[in-house]
Amino acid sequence: MKPEAFHAGAITVALAAVLGVLGAINEPAHAQGATLETVKARGVLQCGVSTGLAGFSSPDDKGGWKGLDVDLCRAVAAAIFKDDSKVKYVPLTAKERFTALQSGEIDLLARNTTWTMSRDTGAGLTFVGINYFDGQGFMAKKSLGVVSAKELSGASVCVQTGTTTELNLADYFRSNKMDYKPVVFEKLPEAIAAYNAGRCDAFTTDVSQLYSIRLTLGKADDHIVLPEIISKEPLGPAVRQGEAQWANVVRWVHFAMLNAEELGVSKANVETMKGSDNPQIRRLIGEEGEFGKALGLDDDWAYQVLRLVGNYAESFDINVGAKSPLGIARGQNALWLNGGLQYAPPIR
Amino acid sequence: MSARHGPGRGRPSPPPRKLIDRLYDPRWRGVAAQVLVGALLAWGMFEVAANVARNLEAQGIASGFGFLDRTAGFDISMSLIPYANTMTYARAFFVGLTNTLLVAALGIVFATLIGFSVGIARLSENWLIRTLAASYVEVIRNIPPLLMLFAVYFGVLKNLPQPRDSLALPLGSFLNIRGLFVPAPLWQPAMWIVLAAVVAGCLATWLLHRHAARELDRTGDRPLVWPWAIALVVLLPAIVGAVSVLAFGPLATFDMPTPGRFNIAGGISILPELVALLVGLSLYTAAFIAEIVRAGIAGVPTGQREAASALGLSTGQTLRLVTIPLALRIIIPPLTNQYLNLTKNSSLAVAIGYPDLVSVFAGTVLNQTNQAIEVVTITMAVYLTLSLMTSVAMNRFNDRMAIKER
Repeated sequence: MKPEAFHAGAITVALAAVLGVLGAINEPAHAQGATLETVKARGVLQCGVSTGLAGFSSPDDKGGWKGLDVDLCRAVAAAIFKDDSKVKYVPLTAKERFTALQSGEIDLLARNTTWTMSRDTGAGLTFVGINYFDGQGFMAKKSLGVVSAKELSGASVCVQTGTTTELNLADYFRSNKMDYKPVVFEKLPEAIAAYNAGRCDAFTTDVSQLYSIRLTLGKADDHIVLPEIISKEPLGPAVRQGEAQWANVVRWVHFAMLNAEELGVSKANVETMKGSDNPQIRRLIGEEGEFGKALGLDDDWAYQVLRLVGNYAESFDINVGAKSPLGIARGQNALWLNGGLQYAPPIR
Repeated sequence: MSARHGPGRGRPSPPPRKLIDRLYDPRWRGVAAQVLVGALLAWGMFEVAANVARNLEAQGIASGFGFLDRTAGFDISMSLIPYANTMTYARAFFVGLTNTLLVAALGIVFATLIGFSVGIARLSENWLIRTLAASYVEVIRNIPPLLMLFAVYFGVLKNLPQPRDSLALPLGSFLNIRGLFVPAPLWQPAMWIVLAAVVAGCLATWLLHRHAARELDRTGDRPLVWPWAIALVVLLPAIVGAVSVLAFGPLATFDMPTPGRFNIAGGISILPELVALLVGLSLYTAAFIAEIVRAGIAGVPTGQREAASALGLSTGQTLRLVTIPLALRIIIPPLTNQYLNLTKNSSLAVAIGYPDLVSVFAGTVLNQTNQAIEVVTITMAVYLTLSLMTSVAMNRFNDRMAIKER
């Protein structure tokens, strides 16, 4: 081959490659509103969870995942596939989670994530509900003799980066005119280890997590969760912005679990409830109406959720509530009927 | 000279060339191809940027650099420049940057010192020293740096006393798990006079040194410089200092560390995170530098050393004048790589809670603003600039050390 001919050929190839790449990147990363179809075609739901937070999403001794957030992933999979095991769990750090969702690596983010305005409006996400009402608090060693967060002026505080926790911490100390020294870690385990070693006077994160972490610190009674709640932390699942149908699926799976608790439908009795005369129950489990169609699912979607995962109360009790080592009271997470904040619009 | 240069002389000038002729001109074609590829590349990069901007807007993600002027609102545990949480994100960026620069600069110094010592020790005649140095290199360079940092950090934390049992050190310093607390000097105006004296002394010494070198060239005799140098650099500032203390009072007052409710308050604190990061990075990089140094010295031909001793140079002179200058030529290029690695590895700081650029800017600021593309781009640009600057400095040094061909 003559060198000139080779050059011309090489340039043509390079040109074609450049044009090809440009053509490819001009395609949007994910077509609008197609997540449900993508998930159905893939046959598995990709769910972003935490790297390990007892009660919300943590791997168990059999290699499976457990927790309140994991149950939401399972419930969505149950509604789509009638099989709650068709979930691929993607453990994400606080820093990685939004990018993973934006880039399409995961379909659903169920990772104890706080719903805030900037995240909802400026980060390409849509929050679809609140599956746990939380608030940020402080944990300190009992031996310090601190009984209130107001006494923490001058304290070193261990905190994980990439969280609203970090911001609330700054706001709280600033608004109370107190000094503090943040020691910021990328991962929770190191932040906890540093606190446990005495590097920090206090550790701060959402109260639910504090209870979960306290159990892992050797002698849990040596540590006290201070009474102040310094922020509202509504934790909920998020999907990509502009995916109305997919957002509806996740939102109504969550509402179905709440409605089921309210109507007394549980994993144990959902089969017998098929014979119920209560029209609300009949609509919930798909005996009446065509509520699945508009979601792009079969009409028994909620029945599958309840059969495989259970209602909100069951999920709460097993993972974080009375039947779990965390032993967190329902509190704000009780149904509205019982003085809590959990309230679901009716299925009608 | 030749006909090619003078078209107007005798021979007729060639007819104007047509485009089709140019296609067969390899030089013209080469330029055209480069321009085409350059244009395509520029267009491609523009398309990528435009595509990113379009998709960001379509997904409703905020963009732009306006966030840098907004209030940061968070504290940073260590800052070399004045910082408060009411300052801007841009300020927080500079805090992170200076913290990274501090670790990189100190790390390079320590790693070089340890690396050269271990590298020379590996060539020692003494079996014990040689073996110790060899096992240091083999163990350390085969451990991932992140694990090393964790080991050093939690090792440091384990061995330091709790704040309430702080170790009182001389000169009003304290040591505990929160760091080493030393008195902070608050410089008084008189200090500037002393500083000026130091600068003047150094300048005079340098001039003296140049003069001595010229004398050496001219007469073959080098005048004695060092007694004057000591007088200028040490004695002059000392005398000026003593006089100004008598005239204006103390050079500095001190902010002494004092035990507070939770911890020592006041003074300058040296964080355990900084110490752990420095120790971890220096030890890790030193293992590689040691191998480079060993290879460099081993790469100097034995004949050079033998020739030096044949000329009557002592062992010390041989090392100083022959072996090391020759070895440096082999050592410097790979050494540059290690310096770059150390600077880049300093971004592991975020794992152990040291507030470097990645932790402060690509961590907290990114989290607060959600502007990943801008923040990550700036951070990458910083590391690129730092690396290129290190490269340029080391290449200059290398040029000075390279064989001068005359």
